[in-house]
Amino acid sequence: MTNVIAFVLMGIGMAFNFFGCLGLIRFPDVYNRLQAGTKCVTLGTIFVLAGTAVFFGFTGTSSRAILCLVFILITSPTAAHAVSRGAHRAGVALWKKSVVDQYKKDKEGEKG
Amino acid sequence: MLRRVATFLFAAATWYLITWPYDFATGEFNIEISAAGLVVALIASIILGRVFAPVKHAHNILYRLFWAVLYLPILFFYIIIANLDVLYRIIHPKRPINPGIVKVKTSLKSASARTALANSITLTPGTLTVDMKENGVMYIHCINVHTEDLKQATQKITVRFEKILAKVFD
Amino acid sequence: METVILIFMGISFACCFLCLFRIARGPTAPDRTVAIDILGIVIVCFCALMAVLTGKDFFINAALVWSLVSFIGTLALSKFLEGRGLDD
Repeated sequence: MTNVIAFVLMGIGMAFNFFGCLGLIRFPDVYNRLQAGTKCVTLGTIFVLAGTAVFFGFTGTSSRAILCLVFILITSPTAAHAVSRGAHRAGVALWKKSVVDQYKKDKEGEKG
Repeated sequence: MLRRVATFLFAAATWYLITWPYDFATGEFNIEISAAGLVVALIASIILGRVFAPVKHAHNILYRLFWAVLYLPILFFYIIIANLDVLYRIIHPKRPINPGIVKVKTSLKSASARTALANSITLTPGTLTVDMKENGVMYIHCINVHTEDLKQATQKITVRFEKILAKVFD
Repeated sequence: METVILIFMGISFACCFLCLFRIARGPTAPDRTVAIDILGIVIVCFCALMAVLTGKDFFINAALVWSLVSFIGTLALSKFLEGRGLDD
């Protein structure tokens, strides 16, 4: 029974992983690719690690899997935030069909 | 002092989660590993205790813990919604995206509350925190921009987390 | 049961190749950084699947260490991007 739950969790996670990586190919600029990466791949890996924890039961291996899950849940948004700010400061423009960029407007206002 | 105690508890908890000295199947308790964990956590808390941010939220701790535990399922619900939304935009052949960077203003004061808010926003529907200023202005990249006005964007993006985070951290 | 795990590992390989395509193709440096970050998370997932397939627990140790090292590498790359942007 626990094995079935574990494999269902892993299956959901792998589906999220695959579509997240597909979004990495399909989306047009860095910021939208970050959206796909930070959400889908993080959630997919969290599901896979939760499935691993369920599979191993109440042992040291599953405690380590849960610790790894917490690390990924904390570090992934921080990395995405750092990369997006670095990209904007390095001068990577948004997609040409983007609606609005108030960050760039405010930075130019401070300079001039 | 309080910072050192917090660091000690955190380090000891991490050590016990990694090594897991108690075997539930046979009931054996490995006393050498747990004693080594206490010594290592003590050394780490003495050396590194003053590196971490000062503890400002020590009073009223049960109330804060209650709201923090209540916050997790709400956050998880919004993460699932976010993923289904982004998944729909990935699979749809026409890519129905409408991206842009909007500005919102948060009313939270403390640094840890703002960090938690920024991380929560990054994990939820089509939004990604790009930068944050000292006065509480945050720049957020949205995958689907509804409004460019500051107040309406604030209402739409941050308020649903702010209510609970204010109870946890402020 | 092993067949299911092998199918999942095949999907993980496909994810790795999609990330490698973005690393090779990516028009700008931040694109490559994002792809490297996501490749690290996919490898953590792969390590967890290996642990389930073989029943050995040291793959989980590898996953734990890999998640932290990948995070630090991504932070270093993004700081590098930011510093280069401030110069010009």
